[in-house]
Amino acid sequence: MNQTTKTDFQWRRKHLLGLRDLSRKEIEFILDTARGFEEFSTRSIKKAPALRGKVVVNMFFEDSTRTRNSFTLAASRLSADVIEFTKTSSSVNKGETLIDTARNLEAMGVDIVVIRHNAGGAPHLLSRSIKACVINAGDGFHEHPTQALLDAYTIRQIKGSLEGLKIGIVGDIAHSRVARSNIHALTKLGAEVILVGPPTLMPAQVQNLPVQVSYSLDAVIDKLDVINMLRIQFERLGGNLFPSVREYSHFYGLTVERLKKAKPDILVMHPGPLNRGLEIESEVADGPNSVILRQVSNGLAIRMAVLFLVNQAAVLEAKDSHP
Amino acid sequence: MKETAAPSILIRNGRLIDPANGVDRIADLLVADGKVSQIGRLPAKADILIDASGKIVSPGLIDLHVHFREPGDEEEETIASGSAAAVAGGFTSVVCMPNTNPPIDNATSVEYVHRMGRQARKTFIYVMGTLTKGRAGEELSEMGLMAQAGAIGFTDDGSGVQNAAVMLRALKYASMFNRVVAQHCQDDSLARGGVMNAGYNATLLGLPGMDPLAEEMMLWRDIQLVKKTKTRYHAQHISTAGSVQLIRQAKQEGLPVTCEVTPHHLLLTEEHLKDYDTNYKVNPPLRTLADVEALRRAIQEGLVDALATDHAPHLKSEKELEFLAAPFGIASLECALPLYRKALIDPGVIDWPQLLAMLTYRPARVLNISKGTLGLGDRADIAVIDPDAEWTIDPNRFFSKSHNCPYAGWTVKGKVLYTIVAGEIRYCAEGYAPCPC
Repeated sequence: MNQTTKTDFQWRRKHLLGLRDLSRKEIEFILDTARGFEEFSTRSIKKAPALRGKVVVNMFFEDSTRTRNSFTLAASRLSADVIEFTKTSSSVNKGETLIDTARNLEAMGVDIVVIRHNAGGAPHLLSRSIKACVINAGDGFHEHPTQALLDAYTIRQIKGSLEGLKIGIVGDIAHSRVARSNIHALTKLGAEVILVGPPTLMPAQVQNLPVQVSYSLDAVIDKLDVINMLRIQFERLGGNLFPSVREYSHFYGLTVERLKKAKPDILVMHPGPLNRGLEIESEVADGPNSVILRQVSNGLAIRMAVLFLVNQAAVLEAKDSHP
Repeated sequence: MKETAAPSILIRNGRLIDPANGVDRIADLLVADGKVSQIGRLPAKADILIDASGKIVSPGLIDLHVHFREPGDEEEETIASGSAAAVAGGFTSVVCMPNTNPPIDNATSVEYVHRMGRQARKTFIYVMGTLTKGRAGEELSEMGLMAQAGAIGFTDDGSGVQNAAVMLRALKYASMFNRVVAQHCQDDSLARGGVMNAGYNATLLGLPGMDPLAEEMMLWRDIQLVKKTKTRYHAQHISTAGSVQLIRQAKQEGLPVTCEVTPHHLLLTEEHLKDYDTNYKVNPPLRTLADVEALRRAIQEGLVDALATDHAPHLKSEKELEFLAAPFGIASLECALPLYRKALIDPGVIDWPQLLAMLTYRPARVLNISKGTLGLGDRADIAVIDPDAEWTIDPNRFFSKSHNCPYAGWTVKGKVLYTIVAGEIRYCAEGYAPCPC
């Protein structure tokens, strides 16, 4: 670890609620820390003692396989004990409030809470109510910081730097926490972000964000160094935000044909899970430009880094209050 | 058995502000037999003396928009606790909204609210009945029977009547009772699911927004219906610059349209939501600075008839929910007056007589009741106010059962010292016990 953190910068946040409040320096520090964990997966003994004796709870109030497994594995590799808490197997169904649930878990001595929730701001509420560290694993359509960090990490890993890169984010921007966190992270790291999608899927006053907006994928695809395809949210169809999946795919799907117009070294990304044949053709998802599986591997290193850092900040805070 | 007469009260040397009668001068005021019996330089002959030197003596304040949650949600507030909060805020008359559980949509419920108000014996309790049965927006409620039972107006507050035909019928029908029809203007097709103003801050917070157009479209529609029916119509808690423009036009056309503005829409903006603090979650939502400025200008122009708290108590356990799930509402009855001062007098928008007009005779006119004045022989509903006393808002000390108040910790100027209702001192601030003469 020491060779990757050769700066006098000191990480001080015991919560990771979003990337909007983070400085470029802080984001880079997480990425640098993750680099130290990257080669872990290649070791024969994939375990470090950093969180030994600590308890991490995965509080997931929404379905998730990838993110939850990634956090579980990351915590185990750091030797933490992990409690899995999902909405269906908990007392939330009996009407217990989020705060009550969290306080109960805290009473069992939980050190870090990883929360996924369908309400924007739920991690903030938690961070105000309990003493444990809180990591946002996706809240409503607010933020999904670890996803954006692993996206930035993957881009940096391959392109060397994000400075000056043109990065397209395609799809339902309005209801996407991945898009929000990506916008904050990527622009802070010096990239130009172009949001692509129909006006009905753009958030209110999108022009105030430090991004460009295009309603046409064809008009911008040749300029992009990276394209991040968001998943079509079928539950949004009821809101009549676009007429049909067929029409959406026609204009915004990443097909082999469309990819031919792009730069040959464009990186194709997707936060998963894929809707093959809808927002992305299988041949593209599995093709040479795709880094989708690399994103997943890197997610592990990012989540180890975040768990490691928030715990370190909590330890420092405890030291400061009891010198 | 004859009741013993209430003790007479001499309020000495106060700045008597009676906006309805254009009075703003230093005078003594004698209360006897529940009425304003003498005004001028008076000899010290009364049972009780209140020294009002340096203080404002105003007609008792009127709030035409409060939620006292009874029947149904007595854990949040009761008519008794709400009434105690009201007099602590200087309010001698309040109008309870009918979005209780069950809603006040029949004469028996109207009578119940009145009875609880009389039992509480603090402030005058008025109540509006619903426009539609169960506040469902479909069938007209028994407005005639409720009017006979004393309902002072009609509204489905909490939500607007969505269907234009139902609203047209409600306005037509209500017109024969000479009662005001009040509307919470919000088109659900544009606002449903929203928890804050639709705009850049909603984008950043990832929360569903309520478009200002949702308010303005219903207000525009209702104004067209009022042109047709000529029924007295009151737009509740307007919150956007667009609504101000619509009200201005309607008034220029001479339509019987009035409106109210809340303290939070004059002081707070959507920026306050940045930490997902549910104490700022309110409906209509906090808007932008431009809207706040438009509302203040509207008040300066005299377009706003009434200031109203929309006092909406909620339990801590409810406000501790996720922002999406927490209920809308701010409890502010006990700190409203200094908030109005901060929003309107301190920045030089208006002066005390203009402020008190929107808290006394102007809301009384909206309701068509003869209150909010301090002429000789008028009923002695009076607030004695120290306009410059500084204090820090502490919701834990509220008489209200609920503490959902975003102003906690604010240091404000302006304090109600005494509240007199029907000639009786029903509230006096700590340390201000009146002396016998």
